This record gives sequence, C-alpha cells and structure tokens, in this order.
Amino acid sequence: MATAIKPGESYGFFTDTSICIGCKACEVACKEWNQLQGDEPKFLADSYDNTGQLDDQNWRHVKFIDEVPAQSVDSGNGKAWLMMSDVCKHCKHASCMEVCPTGAIIRTEFDTVFIQQDVCNGCRNCVAACPYSVIAINAATGTAHKCTLCYDRLQGGLQPACAKACPTQSITFGPLAELQQAADVRLAALHSQGVAQAQLYGRDDTVYGGLNAFFLLMDKPETYGLPNAANAGLPSRNNVGGYLAALVTAVLGVFAGVVAFRRRTES
Amino acid sequence: MYLAAEHFVRAPQWTWYILGYFFFAGLCGGCYALATLLRLVGDPRDEPAARLGFYASFAALIFCPILLTADLGASWSKFWHMLIDVTPGDTGLSFKYWSPMSVGAWALFILGLFVTVSALEAYWLDRRKSAQPLGGVAGRAFNIVGGVLALFFASYTGVLLSVSNQPVWSDTWMLGALFLASGLSGSAALMALLTRYRPDSVFTLDRILEAEAYFSILELVVLVLFFITIIAAGTAGRTLPMFLLWLIALAGIAASLVAARGHLRLLPGGRSAVIARATTNVLAVAIPVLVGVLALRAAVIFSAQ
Repeated sequence: MATAIKPGESYGFFTDTSICIGCKACEVACKEWNQLQGDEPKFLADSYDNTGQLDDQNWRHVKFIDEVPAQSVDSGNGKAWLMMSDVCKHCKHASCMEVCPTGAIIRTEFDTVFIQQDVCNGCRNCVAACPYSVIAINAATGTAHKCTLCYDRLQGGLQPACAKACPTQSITFGPLAELQQAADVRLAALHSQGVAQAQLYGRDDTVYGGLNAFFLLMDKPETYGLPNAANAGLPSRNNVGGYLAALVTAVLGVFAGVVAFRRRTES
Repeated sequence: MYLAAEHFVRAPQWTWYILGYFFFAGLCGGCYALATLLRLVGDPRDEPAARLGFYASFAALIFCPILLTADLGASWSKFWHMLIDVTPGDTGLSFKYWSPMSVGAWALFILGLFVTVSALEAYWLDRRKSAQPLGGVAGRAFNIVGGVLALFFASYTGVLLSVSNQPVWSDTWMLGALFLASGLSGSAALMALLTRYRPDSVFTLDRILEAEAYFSILELVVLVLFFITIIAAGTAGRTLPMFLLWLIALAGIAASLVAARGHLRLLPGGRSAVIARATTNVLAVAIPVLVGVLALRAAVIFSAQ
C-alpha cells in the first residue's frame, strides 16, 4: 500500500488464504523485525508445520490443514491442502481487552489491539479469554505477548513486516475499508470461477464485531480452528448469569445460616 | 451443525497458586460471612465462635495476596497494576465492573480491610474479656457490609473462570454458585474443627455442624446443576479425567450429610451427650469436607487445562 499511514484511521490485514503458498516468509519477517527468538526448534511431524501455534514467540503462524476430505473437482486434482497465515485478529470487540484488569490492552490510534508491556502484569486473563489462542505469556518478561500489528512500524509510516515480506500478497495491509473492498472483489472473482467454498471470515460484524485482520478462507472457519459466528462469544456474556446464580446461592446460604444459628429457647 | 460449544482457546496455566487462592478465598469469605451471621442472629453465647470465625477468616486472608502475587511470575512486582492503571497519559484507578478479575482485586483489597479490622476487634475483645462486640449498631453495620463483601469474595472466583472462552468454565453459569456453596461448607467445617482449640466456643459446635449440613445440601444441588449445564453444552467429557477429584469432592459432601443424620437424631437428647457425640465426629466431618473443597476447585480448574 503506497498510501500514507495516518493515526485515527482503521488499519488491518486481509489474509487471502487461497493464494498462500506456505512459505513462512511472514513468520520469519515478523520474528526478525520484532526480535522474537522463536521457540526451541522441534519436529512436529505435522505436515510442514513445525511452528505449532501462535504464542509469545510466534505472532504469525502458517497453518497447514491436510485433514480435509478429498473433494477433487475432476480426476487428477488431489485432496485439498489448506494453508493459512494466522495472526492476531485485532477484533473490534476484543475478548482480551474486555477482561484485562490492568488496562494494559488498549486500542491504538491505528484501531489495532496492543498490549502495553510496562502495564501488563502477567495475570493471564487475556490468555483465558482470547478465542483464537493468540496470546501467550513470555516467561522471561512475565507479560502477555502477541502481534502488535507492527505498531512501531506504523508509527514510522511503514507497513507491517509480514505483509511486506509476503511474496504472493496473500497478506495485504492497508486501511480497513480498502481491504474490505479488495476482499469483496476477490471473493466475487473466486465465486465466478466456481470456487463456491471460498468465504470471508471477519469481514462483516458477525464475529467479534468484525476483525481488523480478516481472512478469505477456502473452507468453513472450524476447519481452520476459528470459531464460527454461533460460537464467537465475548467472555462478558457470562457475567450476569454467573453473578445471578451466585446471588441466589448466597441468599439460600444466608437463609440456611439463619436457620442453623437462630436463637432458640432451651429445651 | 454443532450442538456443542466449540473452543479453540489456549489454557491460561492457572494452576497450583490459583488453586490455593481459590481455596483460601472461599474460606476467608465463608468464615467472615458465618461469623457475621453468628453475631447477628445467634445467642450471646455464640460470640466466641463468631470471633473464631473472624480469626479463621483473617488467617485464610493472609495467603490470598501472597498466592496471587507469586502467580504473576516475573511480573510479581507489578501486582498493584490490578488496582492502578499506569498507562502513560491515562493514569488512574483501574476498575472494570465487567471483568471479575478487576472487581475481585478490589474486593480482596476492601474485604481485606474489613477482615483485618474484625480480627483485631476480636483480639481486643478477647484480651479485655469483654463479651459485647464494639460499635453497637455501627459495629453491626460494619459486619453486615463485610459479610456481603465476603459472600461476593467467596463466589467471584467461579464467575471469573466463567467470564472467559475456556471449555467447561465458560459453558456454565454455576461456578460462582458452586464455589460459594462449597466455600460456606468448608468454612463451617474449618470453624467446627477450630472449636476444639477454644472451649468457650463449643456451645456453638452443633449449630455450626447443622449449618455445615445445609451448605452441603446446597452444594450438592448446585453441583448437579453444574453437570447438567456442561452436559448440555457438550463439554462434560473434558472433566471425565478429573473423576477422582470429583469423587473426593462428593465424599466430603457425603461425610457431612452422613454425620448430620446421626447428629440431628441426637439433638432431642441431653445437651452434653450431643456435644460429646459431635466432638468425636468433628474430625471425621471437617477433614473430608475441607479436602473436598480443595478437590472440587482442582477438578474445575484442571478440567479446562
């Protein structure tokens, strides 16, 4: 994106998984810019994925999904093999931000979700809340880490490292409205080519009020380990019910205590 | 379509420190609430047992901030960020009524003051061998406010688990209720246990055991509701590996109910006989109940992780 990056505007990623080739340039660029050491190297024997998951050291993670049932269009077209560069979704209604007790998780001037490292005290409430398993605790700092959408680069007028490095433009960065437009065009093109399974995830407000980092998927969200709209609930949905049940129990408990402790006439 | 809630969330690794905290939070809140009730609706002869409750509440309180701070790991020195938002340019008190962890941090802080004052009062009264609690109506009001806070404190930890996107925890509304009922039951067990170290509180022992039985019934009902809700959500299978812990929790409830049967049958008899009978039973009730309180929390905490 050649346009200048201005505070006050909404920015995000559009990750088009239909053209991801699984090269992991995004993972490398992210680690290099953000000075992430990465986890201990390991062999997961799971497709080409040896990263495993998003965590405090992996802020981009290319998922390889090869457990998809064969759906060959014609003979010679093998079974589907899906790749997706996963990242923090920078949700409009962010579960992590909702529960954070310290105010460490904020929405920046670029409308992204950012964890202030000097404010975070490592309580891990955001880890329990994030429905995408994005956030993890860095043992060395004792704070929660995740994708910053390259907050420092944005402040310097640069696009995030992963988008810059992506060789197929599967990852594009830009003003949210422009990305959404581009995604609609791409989806229409795929549908017109008969790729009926292509769908956008997080483009509209059905999951967490809309995602600043949204996706074009080649299967249903669950296949990629993403909650569908029916399962995308904010943690606070359980506040009223939880407290109400506790209140009823408290009233019954006090009543039981009164019955047991009340003054009695000696028999 | 999926009947069950689907979860792709990572576990927060709230383990042993948090288990300990949940245990002591239940006892701290429960003991304060029971002590307040004894003072308000009980006989003047229940006052020694009430003081016992205030002491027990204070003892349990001490562990709470220590365990919570230790749980923060390398960030332990930033524990006070729970109360004060240090965001540059936006510094101030941090309070989010919709985040149970935020509310709970404030509850611990404020209840801590109430518990400490009440324990000091009990100590002061014991030293002066005074039977009458301090402060008259104001003193009672203080206890009532503290008691309400205590009931909140004993229950919010369960709500905190539910206000997440974790399997089991976020699939039910019953965790706050469950922790409260078991916290009250555990507190009654603890107070019953402690009466042996304070002869003048033995008068209240059979009442504490009676309350203990009621709380155990309450806990059993809530436990059934808890299982119904997670079965409906389709995540009950995740708690199956915890069945030994659930059994221990159930054994605590059973011990309390079995003892209550024998105990209540004896009530019409001579008072000394009742007390003698109850005294021999206290260990057999209190220990399984307290172990059950711990096991119940462990079962809940480790079901999601």
